Amino acid sequence: MSMPFYVSPEQVMADKAEFARKGIARGKSSLVIACDVGIVMMAENPSSLQKIGEIYDRIAFAGVGKFSEFDQLRKIGVRFADTKGYAYSRDDVRGRSLANAYSQAVGDAFTQQMKPLEIAIVVAEVGDDSLIGHENNAIYRVQFDGSISDHEGYCVIGGDADDLMDFLRTEYRPDMPLGDAVRLGRSALQRAADGEPSVGAENLEVCLLERDRSGRKFVRLASDRIRELLGE
Amino acid sequence: MRFDAKYRGASFAELLDVDYPYLRPDWAELAAGLDLTQVPHGTTVLGFKYNDGVVIAGDRLATAGHRVAARHMEKVYATDDHSLIAIAGAAGPAIEMARLMRIELEHYEKIEGEPLELEGKANKLSQMIRQNMPAAMQGFMVVPLFAGYDLRRHVGRLWGYDMTGGRYEELDYEATGSGGLYAKESLKKAHKKDATREESLAMAVTALVDASDEDRATGGPDLVRGIFPIVNFCTRTGIDRATESEIEQVYRTLVADRTIRNGRDAR
Repeated sequence: MSMPFYVSPEQVMADKAEFARKGIARGKSSLVIACDVGIVMMAENPSSLQKIGEIYDRIAFAGVGKFSEFDQLRKIGVRFADTKGYAYSRDDVRGRSLANAYSQAVGDAFTQQMKPLEIAIVVAEVGDDSLIGHENNAIYRVQFDGSISDHEGYCVIGGDADDLMDFLRTEYRPDMPLGDAVRLGRSALQRAADGEPSVGAENLEVCLLERDRSGRKFVRLASDRIRELLGE
Repeated sequence: MRFDAKYRGASFAELLDVDYPYLRPDWAELAAGLDLTQVPHGTTVLGFKYNDGVVIAGDRLATAGHRVAARHMEKVYATDDHSLIAIAGAAGPAIEMARLMRIELEHYEKIEGEPLELEGKANKLSQMIRQNMPAAMQGFMVVPLFAGYDLRRHVGRLWGYDMTGGRYEELDYEATGSGGLYAKESLKKAHKKDATREESLAMAVTALVDASDEDRATGGPDLVRGIFPIVNFCTRTGIDRATESEIEQVYRTLVADRTIRNGRDAR
């Protein structure tokens, strides 16, 4: 005979959170840093399966954890943004609304599904000086349980997020040149790699939301350009 | 944001059909019983190959029956950095098709992580025209041109379509819309594949002026209001739109030339 037993909601949530954290900690971290020309997004990623992606004109996405799960979130984000831009206007597609929608969806999955999503994501929106009131950058982080936070200047997701956030807090300067930002990001990722082979152009994924570009501001940097920025 | 959305593919048009059908107008139903002389129509667009790629151009007039509906209409749209669509036919559905095409290409690129090949884009447009068939039968005909620079082959390419979505890759030139026939006759005489940008601009403007001369629904350059046709060049480096002053200069030369030929002093 099966024994009915009681598990407290606290325990259920704690177990799910632990499960999700463990899953995320298995992968590498990603980070975003605002710089003079826009927002640079970086991940240590030797594979061709991308962790960083374009969402809309000024908005990009970075994910860590289980690839299939955050990549599905990325696609949902693209569909959300394109549908909104089609129904209203391109300038109506904003990072905050997207991050909120992610937060709701991921939070719902955390409470309602047996298995929580093993992911953390960043939504970054670069400012556009040609649109009054839209000049500022915005960076949002959504965790596996749907908790959302906004960040000034930089943000890290992944197993080493807390340590790397501390590192960036001391090293980051507002409006730093792109090359400095990329080198800072590399040092942070190298710190997380901790004794592993060095993090360089060949295993870095680097994308840029370029403030002065018209229309779609997302650019994926080729390894030559990354090497140049790293000064290798 | 929907985790429960049904559509999982890379097409934006299909996404709307499956998950957001209320955002998709039923043009066939809207067209039924409508007086088509009250509906704005775009008139003449053309395209041809030249030395560095492909040129695509259009006049600016939208006509509803015998009435001017719009003087500044844009009929040539960039669908991405290396491709363009030029629209003719019922203006509402045509503009919608161009807009959807642009979003479609961008959406595919973002979902899949790489862009469609140029031929894939041309084929996608075929499907959109085919989907519009029921509306075309009610009079909402949309017959576009599609052109682009093929970055895998380093050549400019151009496609014409029929109302059933039939897709024809053109080797030299093509024109469509109410004045399309006249534009095509003009291009037939002037066209050469190795033309320079300057010569191509003259060919495009001349063909549009010829079309507006014979077809009352096509608009020529309007010096009074300062309205000029749109002429876009698509090359390896991207899309470059001829400036109004460039076009004005070509037009003034053309007018002077024809005035002399007609036995009167250009001044």
